[in-house]
Amino acid sequence: MGMMRFGIPKRETVPAVNPTSPDDDTRLLGGSIILTKLEAINNWGRKYSFFQYPFVTACCGMEFMSVAGPKYDLDRFGAALPRFSPRQADLLMVVGTISHKQAPILVKVYNQMAEPKWVFAFGVCAVSGGFYDNYATVQGIDTLIPVDVYVPGCPPRPEMVIDGLIRLQQMVVEGKWSDFPKGASPVTNIE
Amino acid sequence: MEANITTNKLSARFSDSIIETHSHRGDETLVVRKQDIQDICQFLRDDTELLYNFMMDLTAVDYLGQEPRFEVVYHLYSLAFNRRIRIKTRVSESDCSVDSIVSLWPSANWFEREVYDLYGITFKGHPELRRILLYEDFQGHPLRKDYPIKKRQPLIGPNC
Repeated sequence: MGMMRFGIPKRETVPAVNPTSPDDDTRLLGGSIILTKLEAINNWGRKYSFFQYPFVTACCGMEFMSVAGPKYDLDRFGAALPRFSPRQADLLMVVGTISHKQAPILVKVYNQMAEPKWVFAFGVCAVSGGFYDNYATVQGIDTLIPVDVYVPGCPPRPEMVIDGLIRLQQMVVEGKWSDFPKGASPVTNIE
Repeated sequence: MEANITTNKLSARFSDSIIETHSHRGDETLVVRKQDIQDICQFLRDDTELLYNFMMDLTAVDYLGQEPRFEVVYHLYSLAFNRRIRIKTRVSESDCSVDSIVSLWPSANWFEREVYDLYGITFKGHPELRRILLYEDFQGHPLRKDYPIKKRQPLIGPNC
Protein backbone atom coordinates (compact mmCIF):
# COMPACT_ATOMS: atom_id res chain seq x y z
CA MET A 1 0.00 0.00 0.00
CA GLY A 2 1.58 3.23 -1.08
CA MET A 3 1.55 5.90 1.58
CA MET A 4 0.75 9.47 0.73
CA ARG A 5 3.04 11.68 2.72
CA PHE A 6 1.98 15.22 3.24
CA GLY A 7 -0.27 15.32 0.20
CA ILE A 8 2.60 14.78 -2.19
CA PRO A 9 1.31 12.93 -5.22
CA LYS A 10 3.16 9.90 -6.45
CA ARG A 11 5.89 10.89 -8.79
CA GLU A 12 4.66 8.94 -11.78
CA THR A 13 1.27 10.67 -11.71
CA VAL A 14 2.80 14.11 -12.02
CA PRO A 15 2.60 15.37 -15.58
CA ALA A 16 5.51 17.10 -17.14
CA VAL A 17 5.60 20.76 -16.15
CA ASN A 18 7.20 23.80 -17.55
CA PRO A 19 9.10 25.26 -14.60
CA THR A 20 9.16 28.61 -16.27
CA SER A 21 5.40 28.76 -16.73
CA PRO A 22 4.01 31.57 -14.55
CA ASP A 23 0.58 29.97 -14.05
CA ASP A 24 1.83 26.50 -13.17
CA ASP A 25 3.81 27.30 -10.02
CA THR A 26 2.08 24.77 -7.75
CA ARG A 27 3.69 22.07 -9.83
CA LEU A 28 7.11 23.59 -9.43
CA LEU A 29 9.87 21.00 -8.97
CA GLY A 30 7.56 18.12 -9.76
CA GLY A 31 5.07 18.86 -7.00
CA SER A 32 7.68 18.42 -4.27
CA ILE A 33 6.91 21.77 -2.68
CA ILE A 34 4.12 22.15 -0.17
CA LEU A 35 2.63 25.43 0.85
CA THR A 36 1.45 25.90 4.42
CA LYS A 37 1.55 28.38 7.26
CA LEU A 38 4.70 28.37 9.34
CA GLU A 39 2.59 28.32 12.51
CA ALA A 40 0.68 25.28 11.32
CA ILE A 41 3.69 23.22 10.39
CA ASN A 42 5.44 24.24 13.58
CA ASN A 43 2.46 23.11 15.64
CA TRP A 44 2.34 19.90 13.64
CA GLY A 45 5.92 19.20 14.61
CA ARG A 46 5.37 20.06 18.26
CA LYS A 47 2.31 17.87 18.44
CA TYR A 48 4.31 14.74 17.70
CA SER A 49 7.45 15.50 19.68
CA PHE A 50 6.58 16.13 23.29
CA PHE A 51 9.61 15.96 25.53
CA GLN A 52 8.05 15.20 28.87
CA TYR A 53 9.37 15.90 32.32
CA PRO A 54 7.90 13.22 34.61
CA PHE A 55 7.26 14.90 37.97
CA VAL A 56 6.33 11.65 39.67
CA THR A 57 5.56 11.83 43.38
CA ALA A 58 3.24 8.94 44.20
CA CYS A 59 1.56 5.68 43.22
CA CYS A 60 0.29 7.07 39.91
CA GLY A 61 3.91 6.67 38.85
CA MET A 62 3.33 2.94 38.44
CA GLU A 63 0.43 3.67 36.14
CA PHE A 64 2.55 6.17 34.28
CA MET A 65 5.16 3.47 33.71
CA SER A 66 2.43 1.23 32.37
CA VAL A 67 1.16 3.77 29.89
CA ALA A 68 4.66 4.74 28.86
CA GLY A 69 5.77 1.13 28.47
CA PRO A 70 5.44 -1.12 25.42
CA LYS A 71 1.85 -2.23 25.95
CA TYR A 72 0.15 1.18 25.73
CA ASP A 73 3.19 2.97 24.42
CA LEU A 74 3.09 6.75 24.51
CA ASP A 75 5.74 6.65 21.80
CA ARG A 76 2.96 6.03 19.28
CA PHE A 77 1.91 9.61 19.97
CA GLY A 78 5.40 11.02 19.93
CA ALA A 79 5.57 11.50 23.71
CA ALA A 80 8.06 8.80 24.58
CA LEU A 81 11.23 10.51 25.59
CA PRO A 82 11.42 11.61 29.21
CA ARG A 83 13.85 14.41 29.91
CA PHE A 84 15.17 14.62 33.43
CA SER A 85 16.08 18.24 33.08
CA PRO A 86 13.20 20.70 32.88
CA ARG A 87 15.34 22.83 30.55
CA GLN A 88 14.97 20.17 27.87
CA ALA A 89 11.29 19.40 28.40
CA ASP A 90 8.12 20.97 27.09
CA LEU A 91 5.47 18.76 28.72
CA LEU A 92 5.29 18.69 32.52
CA MET A 93 3.62 15.45 33.62
CA VAL A 94 2.54 15.94 37.24
CA VAL A 95 1.95 12.39 38.38
CA GLY A 96 0.80 12.03 41.97
CA THR A 97 0.04 13.90 45.17
CA ILE A 98 1.69 17.27 45.65
CA SER A 99 2.20 18.27 49.27
CA HIS A 100 2.59 21.87 50.35
CA LYS A 101 6.22 21.11 51.13
CA GLN A 102 6.67 19.88 47.57
CA ALA A 103 4.85 22.85 46.03
CA PRO A 104 7.81 25.26 45.71
CA ILE A 105 9.79 22.55 43.92
CA LEU A 106 7.00 22.01 41.40
CA VAL A 107 6.78 25.74 40.77
CA LYS A 108 10.53 25.95 40.32
CA VAL A 109 10.56 23.09 37.82
CA TYR A 110 7.71 24.69 35.89
CA ASN A 111 9.50 28.00 35.76
CA GLN A 112 12.70 26.35 34.58
CA MET A 113 11.03 24.81 31.54
CA ALA A 114 11.54 26.57 28.24
CA GLU A 115 8.58 27.94 26.28
CA PRO A 116 6.37 26.70 24.78
CA LYS A 117 5.33 24.38 27.57
CA TRP A 118 2.29 22.43 28.61
CA VAL A 119 1.15 20.85 31.87
CA PHE A 120 -0.60 17.52 32.24
CA ALA A 121 -2.32 16.76 35.58
CA PHE A 122 -2.13 12.99 35.86
CA GLY A 123 -4.49 11.45 38.43
CA VAL A 124 -7.04 12.91 40.80
CA CYS A 125 -4.48 14.03 43.40
CA ALA A 126 -2.76 16.31 40.91
CA VAL A 127 -6.16 17.45 39.61
CA SER A 128 -7.82 18.35 42.91
CA GLY A 129 -5.97 16.80 45.85
CA GLY A 130 -8.16 13.71 45.59
CA PHE A 131 -9.17 12.19 48.89
CA TYR A 132 -6.19 13.84 50.58
CA ASP A 133 -8.38 16.64 51.86
CA ASN A 134 -6.00 17.44 54.70
CA TYR A 135 -3.41 19.79 56.13
CA ALA A 136 -0.55 18.52 53.99
CA THR A 137 -1.83 18.33 50.42
CA VAL A 138 -2.16 20.93 47.69
CA GLN A 139 -5.80 20.92 46.57
CA GLY A 140 -5.04 20.72 42.88
CA ILE A 141 -1.88 21.82 41.10
CA ASP A 142 -3.80 24.51 39.23
CA THR A 143 -3.53 26.54 42.43
CA LEU A 144 0.18 26.72 41.61
CA ILE A 145 0.71 26.51 37.84
CA PRO A 146 -1.52 26.67 34.76
CA VAL A 147 -2.79 23.24 33.70
CA ASP A 148 -3.71 22.24 30.13
CA VAL A 149 -5.12 18.75 30.58
CA TYR A 150 -6.79 17.22 33.62
CA VAL A 151 -6.95 13.43 33.75
CA PRO A 152 -8.70 12.27 36.93
CA GLY A 153 -8.82 8.71 38.22
CA CYS A 154 -7.15 6.90 41.06
CA PRO A 155 -5.18 5.97 39.08
CA PRO A 156 -6.37 6.85 35.57
CA ARG A 157 -6.70 4.05 33.08
CA PRO A 158 -4.06 4.12 30.33
CA GLU A 159 -6.85 4.80 27.85
CA MET A 160 -7.72 7.98 29.78
CA VAL A 161 -4.12 9.13 29.69
CA ILE A 162 -3.89 8.51 25.96
CA ASP A 163 -7.17 10.35 25.45
CA GLY A 164 -5.80 13.25 27.47
CA LEU A 165 -2.63 13.26 25.39
CA ILE A 166 -4.58 13.29 22.13
CA ARG A 167 -6.64 16.22 23.42
CA LEU A 168 -3.44 18.00 24.32
CA GLN A 169 -2.18 17.37 20.79
CA GLN A 170 -5.37 18.97 19.50
CA MET A 171 -4.74 21.99 21.71
CA VAL A 172 -1.21 22.25 20.35
CA VAL A 173 -2.47 22.13 16.76
CA GLU A 174 -4.94 24.90 17.45
CA GLY A 175 -2.39 26.93 19.40
CA LYS A 176 -1.22 30.36 18.36
CA TRP A 177 2.27 31.72 18.64
CA SER A 178 0.81 34.57 20.60
CA ASP A 179 -0.15 32.07 23.35
CA PHE A 180 3.51 31.96 24.33
CA PRO A 181 5.42 32.78 26.38
CA LYS A 182 3.07 31.95 29.22
CA GLY A 183 5.57 33.33 31.70
CA ALA A 184 6.33 32.33 35.26
CA SER A 185 3.83 30.74 37.60
CA PRO A 186 1.57 33.29 39.34
CA VAL A 187 2.82 32.12 42.74
CA THR A 188 6.51 32.29 41.91
CA ASN A 189 7.24 35.03 44.43
CA ILE A 190 6.76 32.68 47.41
CA GLU A 191 9.35 30.22 46.17
CA MET B 1 1.29 -17.70 82.69
CA GLU B 2 4.94 -17.19 83.41
CA ALA B 3 5.63 -13.74 84.68
CA ASN B 4 7.62 -11.57 82.33
CA ILE B 5 11.25 -11.05 83.28
CA THR B 6 11.32 -7.47 82.03
CA THR B 7 8.25 -6.47 83.98
CA ASN B 8 9.59 -8.21 87.05
CA LYS B 9 12.98 -6.61 86.92
CA LEU B 10 11.58 -3.17 86.28
CA SER B 11 9.00 -3.54 89.04
CA ALA B 12 11.72 -4.54 91.47
CA ARG B 13 14.08 -1.77 90.57
CA PHE B 14 11.69 1.13 89.76
CA SER B 15 8.73 0.25 91.96
CA ASP B 16 7.86 3.91 92.53
CA SER B 17 8.00 4.80 88.87
CA ILE B 18 5.64 2.25 87.44
CA ILE B 19 2.09 3.52 87.28
CA GLU B 20 0.52 0.47 85.73
CA THR B 21 1.40 -2.67 83.78
CA HIS B 22 -0.51 -4.52 81.16
CA SER B 23 0.00 -7.85 79.45
CA HIS B 24 -1.96 -9.19 76.55
CA ARG B 25 -1.01 -12.37 74.69
CA GLY B 26 2.64 -11.87 75.43
CA ASP B 27 2.73 -8.13 74.74
CA GLU B 28 4.07 -6.36 77.80
CA THR B 29 3.20 -2.74 78.39
CA LEU B 30 4.37 -0.54 81.23
CA VAL B 31 3.19 2.95 81.99
CA VAL B 32 5.89 4.83 83.82
CA ARG B 33 6.43 8.23 85.39
CA LYS B 34 7.67 10.83 83.01
CA GLN B 35 10.65 12.00 85.06
CA ASP B 36 12.13 8.46 85.16
CA ILE B 37 11.90 7.63 81.47
CA GLN B 38 15.57 8.14 80.79
CA ASP B 39 16.72 5.99 83.73
CA ILE B 40 14.31 3.23 82.83
CA CYS B 41 15.39 3.22 79.21
CA GLN B 42 19.04 3.13 80.23
CA PHE B 43 18.37 0.18 82.52
CA LEU B 44 16.47 -1.66 79.79
CA ARG B 45 19.30 -1.11 77.37
CA ASP B 46 22.23 -1.94 79.63
CA ASP B 47 21.03 -4.67 82.01
CA THR B 48 22.76 -7.88 80.97
CA GLU B 49 19.55 -9.90 81.32
CA LEU B 50 17.52 -7.52 79.18
CA LEU B 51 19.72 -5.79 76.57
CA TYR B 52 17.01 -3.87 74.77
CA ASN B 53 19.45 -2.54 72.22
CA PHE B 54 17.00 -1.71 69.44
CA MET B 55 14.71 1.33 69.76
CA MET B 56 12.13 0.28 67.18
CA ASP B 57 9.52 2.99 67.41
CA LEU B 58 8.66 6.13 69.27
CA THR B 59 5.30 7.77 68.83
CA ALA B 60 2.59 9.59 70.72
CA VAL B 61 -1.16 9.50 71.25
CA ASP B 62 -3.48 12.40 71.94
CA TYR B 63 -6.23 11.49 74.43
CA LEU B 64 -8.05 14.80 74.17
CA GLY B 65 -10.19 15.43 77.24
CA GLN B 66 -8.11 13.26 79.56
CA GLU B 67 -5.48 14.50 81.94
CA PRO B 68 -2.59 14.04 81.28
CA ARG B 69 -3.53 14.58 77.68
CA PHE B 70 -0.71 12.89 75.77
CA GLU B 71 1.00 9.55 75.93
CA VAL B 72 4.47 9.02 74.46
CA VAL B 73 4.97 5.38 73.46
CA TYR B 74 8.32 3.59 73.13
CA HIS B 75 8.71 0.22 71.47
CA LEU B 76 11.94 -1.55 72.33
CA TYR B 77 13.38 -4.81 71.08
CA SER B 78 16.12 -7.00 72.47
CA LEU B 79 18.06 -8.60 69.66
CA ALA B 80 19.93 -10.75 72.18
CA PHE B 81 16.83 -12.32 73.76
CA ASN B 82 14.19 -11.76 71.05
CA ARG B 83 11.98 -9.84 73.46
CA ARG B 84 9.83 -6.79 72.98
CA ILE B 85 8.54 -4.24 75.45
CA ARG B 86 6.27 -1.25 75.19
CA ILE B 87 6.86 1.67 77.52
CA LYS B 88 4.37 4.50 77.81
CA THR B 89 4.65 7.76 79.65
CA ARG B 90 1.99 10.39 80.12
CA VAL B 91 2.59 14.02 79.28
CA SER B 92 0.27 16.83 80.27
CA GLU B 93 -0.58 19.74 78.01
CA SER B 94 0.63 22.33 80.51
CA ASP B 95 4.10 20.73 80.84
CA CYS B 96 4.31 19.36 77.34
CA SER B 97 7.81 17.95 77.39
CA VAL B 98 9.68 14.75 78.14
CA ASP B 99 13.37 13.85 78.42
CA SER B 100 15.01 12.91 75.13
CA ILE B 101 16.44 9.41 74.73
CA VAL B 102 18.64 10.30 71.76
CA SER B 103 21.68 9.93 74.02
CA LEU B 104 20.71 6.25 74.52
CA TRP B 105 19.60 5.34 71.01
CA PRO B 106 20.57 7.73 68.18
CA SER B 107 17.71 6.28 66.13
CA ALA B 108 15.31 8.14 68.42
CA ASN B 109 16.45 11.41 66.87
CA TRP B 110 14.03 11.57 63.93
CA PHE B 111 11.21 9.86 65.83
CA GLU B 112 11.32 12.57 68.47
CA ARG B 113 11.40 15.25 65.79
CA GLU B 114 8.35 13.67 64.18
CA VAL B 115 6.45 13.61 67.47
CA TYR B 116 7.43 17.22 68.08
CA ASP B 117 6.35 18.16 64.56
CA LEU B 118 2.92 16.53 64.64
CA TYR B 119 2.01 16.68 68.37
CA GLY B 120 4.02 19.59 69.71
CA ILE B 121 5.63 17.57 72.51
CA THR B 122 9.15 18.82 73.15
CA PHE B 123 12.05 16.54 74.06
CA LYS B 124 14.50 17.97 76.55
CA GLY B 125 18.09 17.32 75.54
CA HIS B 126 17.38 16.61 71.90
CA PRO B 127 20.33 17.82 69.77
CA GLU B 128 18.28 19.39 66.99
CA LEU B 129 14.58 19.61 67.75
CA ARG B 130 12.93 21.11 64.69
CA ARG B 131 10.19 20.06 62.29
CA ILE B 132 10.97 17.06 60.14
CA LEU B 133 7.91 16.44 57.90
CA LEU B 134 6.19 19.81 57.72
CA TYR B 135 7.77 23.07 56.70
CA GLU B 136 9.18 25.64 59.09
CA ASP B 137 6.36 28.16 58.71
CA PHE B 138 3.62 25.67 59.54
CA GLN B 139 1.50 26.81 62.47
CA GLY B 140 0.30 24.21 64.96
CA HIS B 141 0.57 20.46 65.20
CA PRO B 142 -1.84 18.65 62.91
CA LEU B 143 -2.11 15.26 64.66
CA ARG B 144 -3.52 16.89 67.76
CA LYS B 145 -7.18 16.02 68.00
CA ASP B 146 -8.17 19.68 68.34
CA TYR B 147 -6.39 20.70 65.14
CA PRO B 148 -9.21 21.94 62.85
CA ILE B 149 -9.76 19.24 60.24
CA LYS B 150 -10.53 21.78 57.52
CA LYS B 151 -7.74 24.16 58.40
CA ARG B 152 -5.54 25.06 55.44
CA GLN B 153 -2.22 26.83 55.66
CA PRO B 154 -0.60 26.31 52.31
CA LEU B 155 2.98 27.32 51.80
CA ILE B 156 1.90 28.74 48.47
CA GLY B 157 -1.38 28.89 46.62
CA PRO B 158 -4.78 30.12 47.77
CA ASN B 159 -6.80 28.84 50.69
CA CYS B 160 -9.36 26.32 49.62
